[in-house]
Amino acid sequence: MLGEGLLKGLAETARNFAGSFVSKERLTTVQYPEQRIAPIEATRDFPFLVYDGDDWQAGMRCVACQICEKECPPKCIYIVKSTDKKPDYVGKPQFYPARFDIDISVCMSCQICVEVCPFEAIKMDTEFELSTTDRFGGLLFDREQLAKSNEYYHRIHPTEAEAVDAVLAGAKAKAEAKTTTAAIASAVRGAEIPAHPAGDGD
Amino acid sequence: MTERLDQIFVWLEQWLVSFLPGSWRPMACIVLSVVAIICLFPALFALTTVFERKGLARIQNRIGPNRVGWLGILQPVADGIKSLTKEDIVPLSADAAVHFLAPVLLVVAVFMGFAVLPMGRNMVLVDMDAGLLFFFAIGASTELSVFMAGWSSRNKYSLLGAMRAVAQMISYEVPLLMSSVAVVMITGSLSLTKIVAAQNQYTWGLPHWYIFTPWGAAGFLMYAIAATAETNRSPFDLPEGESELVAGYHTEYSGFKFALFFLGEYLAMFSISGLGTTLFLGGWSAPLQALNWVPSWIWFFSKLMLSIFVFIWLRGTLPRLRQDQLMNFAWKFVLPLTLVNLLVAAAWRFFGDGWERWVVCSAVVLLAYVGMGWSGMRRGHFGPRSYRYAE
Amino acid sequence: MSFAFYLIAALTLLGGLAAVLLKNTVHCALALTVAFAGQALLFLDLDAQFAGFAQILVYIGAVAILVVFAILLTKGSETPKGSVYSRHALAGLVIAAGVFVMLGWAVIWSVRVVPRGPAGTPAVTVLDIGIALMSRYVLPLEIVALLLTAAMIGAVIIAMHEKERAK
Repeated sequence: MLGEGLLKGLAETARNFAGSFVSKERLTTVQYPEQRIAPIEATRDFPFLVYDGDDWQAGMRCVACQICEKECPPKCIYIVKSTDKKPDYVGKPQFYPARFDIDISVCMSCQICVEVCPFEAIKMDTEFELSTTDRFGGLLFDREQLAKSNEYYHRIHPTEAEAVDAVLAGAKAKAEAKTTTAAIASAVRGAEIPAHPAGDGD
Repeated sequence: MTERLDQIFVWLEQWLVSFLPGSWRPMACIVLSVVAIICLFPALFALTTVFERKGLARIQNRIGPNRVGWLGILQPVADGIKSLTKEDIVPLSADAAVHFLAPVLLVVAVFMGFAVLPMGRNMVLVDMDAGLLFFFAIGASTELSVFMAGWSSRNKYSLLGAMRAVAQMISYEVPLLMSSVAVVMITGSLSLTKIVAAQNQYTWGLPHWYIFTPWGAAGFLMYAIAATAETNRSPFDLPEGESELVAGYHTEYSGFKFALFFLGEYLAMFSISGLGTTLFLGGWSAPLQALNWVPSWIWFFSKLMLSIFVFIWLRGTLPRLRQDQLMNFAWKFVLPLTLVNLLVAAAWRFFGDGWERWVVCSAVVLLAYVGMGWSGMRRGHFGPRSYRYAE
Repeated sequence: MSFAFYLIAALTLLGGLAAVLLKNTVHCALALTVAFAGQALLFLDLDAQFAGFAQILVYIGAVAILVVFAILLTKGSETPKGSVYSRHALAGLVIAAGVFVMLGWAVIWSVRVVPRGPAGTPAVTVLDIGIALMSRYVLPLEIVALLLTAAMIGAVIIAMHEKERAK
C-alpha cells in the first residue's frame, strides 16, 4: 500500500528520537572537548621517532639510512646524515640523523615510512590536536619534537610495541651470540696456534 | 477563574486601551493586537529553530546545539547576531530594487496571513466573512516574492531554482484549496471563526473535529502534504535544497536578507499549520469536553506546536523528492484524491446523521486511496524503487 | 471619497503608469501587479470582500505569475535598445482617451447605488454570491467552466504534440 514505507520510516526515527534520551547506543555523541573517545590501537596520524632509554639523542634508533625519505610519496621527510657515529642498541656504531624534519601539513599518514624502515625507528603517533596559529613553522616538526620514548610507544600501540621489542631482542640476542661464538672461535684458534713442538718423529 | 484565564489577553487589551480617549480606542486596539502578533510569532520562530536543530539532532543520534545558554536555548540570539553583522552582498549586475523588495514582500505577506487565525475564544485580529479566501489570496503573493528573488539575482541557477519553486507552489496550491473547500462545504461559511465554532461541539464528550470524520481525515492528509510543499519544507525542499548543492532562489542573499527569508519560511509554516489546525483540528477547542477549563489559546498553540513537531519529524525522516516526482505526485495522486474527497464530503452531508454515512464514506475514501496508490505504483509513477546494478 | 480612497487610487494609477512607462519588461510586470493590488484594495474599501480577495487570488496569484513566465520564456526580458514609446503615441493617446470617456459615461449613468451596511460587513456576502451563481447565473458558470476545460485540454494537446514531434 502506498505510504507503508513512509510510516515505517517515521516509526524508526521516532524510536531513534525517544531512544536517544535513554540508551547510550542511540546517542553516540560525546561532548568534545570535555570528553574524548579513546582511539583504537590501529589509529595513525603522523610519524614519530622512537628512542630507547632516557636520553633521546643516545637511544634514538634511527640510523639515517634515508630509505623513508626516498619512499615518502609527498616527500615530507628531510634528513641530514651526521658525520660521526654513535653505538646503536646492539653496540654497533651507526650514523644518526643530524636533522630529521617532517612537515605534517604535507604528510598524508600513509605509513609507508613505517613499513620500509629496517630499524623499527619510525612509528605512527595518535596525536591529532596539533592545530597552531603559525602556518608554516608550527607544522614543521624537527628531530627533538619527533623523538618519543619507547614507553610512550608501548602506551599508544601495546601489541605492536611488544612485537617490535621481541624482534629487536631477538636481533640483539643473535648479534650477541654471533660475537660470543666469534670470541670463542678466535679464543680456540688462538689456543691451537702454539702447535706441537718440532722434532716429533711419529 | 478559568473564564478569566481564557480571556486574559482580551481583558488585558481592553484595560490597556481604556487609558486612551474614546475616539482613539478602536485604532489602539488594532495596533496593540498587531504588535502582539509581530512580537509573538518571531519569538516562537526563535524557539522553533532551537527545537528543530535539537529534534533533528536527536533523530540523527547526536545532540544539537547545547553551548549557548541552558540546553542551547539562547542559540537563536547567537544566530541573530551573526546574521545581522554579516556583510550584505548585492551582486553588481543584480536588480537592486527588486532584490531588496523580495524578502520584504515575503515577510509582509506572511505576517498578513496571521490576521484571520482565531487563536482563542474572541481572539481573532480581523473577523472576516471571507477569512479563508483572504488567507489563500495572501499565500499566493508569496510565490511572487520567490520569483522576484530568483530573477533579480541575475544568476541562472537562482532563476532555475525560483522557477522550480514557483512551479511546485502553484501545483500544490490546488490540492490545498480543494481540501479546504470540503471543510467550507460542510460548515457552510468561509469565516474561520464559524468553522471553529462548528467544531466546538461535543457528543459523548468527544469533539466534532473534522479530522475525526472520514472525509476530514483524508482532507487533513492532503492538506498536510500540500502545506509541506507550499512552504518548501522537506521532503519537498528541492528549491532550497539546491542551494546547498548548486544554487537556489536565495543564493545571492546574505546577512539580514537571508535571515528574513528564513523567518518568512518559518512564519509561513506557522500560519499554514495554524490554518490546518483551525480547519481540521478544531482550532482552539479542547479535545475532550472535560478539559474545557484549560484556556483556549493554550489548546491552539499546543496544536500548532504539535504540527511543527510533525514537520520536523518528517524532515528528519524522508529524503528529498525530485522535481518530476513532486509534480507527478501532485497532479496524478493528490489532486484526484481531493476531488474524490469533495464527493465524499458531499455524500456525508446528504446522508444525514447515522452510522451509514460513516461506513460508506470511510469505504469510499479508503478504496480511492488504496486504488490510486496501487495503480500509481503499478505504472511506476511512485512507490518503492527497483535498482539494477551493473554486473 | 475618503482619504483611503485617494491613497489607493494614487497607488493604482502609479502602478498602471509605471507598467507602461518603464523600460525593463519584468519591472513593468511587477508594476502591473501593484496596479492589481490597488484594484483589490479598492474592492476591499467598498466592503466587497469576495471580489477583493478573488482579485488578489486570481490576478496577483495567477495572472501576474503567468505574465512573468511569459516574459521570461520569450525574449521579452531583454531591455529594449530603442525607446519604449511607439511612433504613433499621439494616436494611441487619443484612442485611449476616447475609450476612457465612453466607459466613464457608461459607468456613471448606469450605477445603481447600493446602500452600504455597517462598515466591515459586505452588502453582498459570499453566501449570496454562491446562491446567485447556483441559481440565476448557473448557465454562465457552466459556460466558463467549459471554456476553462477546453483551454486546459488544448494546452495539454499542444504540449503532447510538441513532445511527439521532439521524439
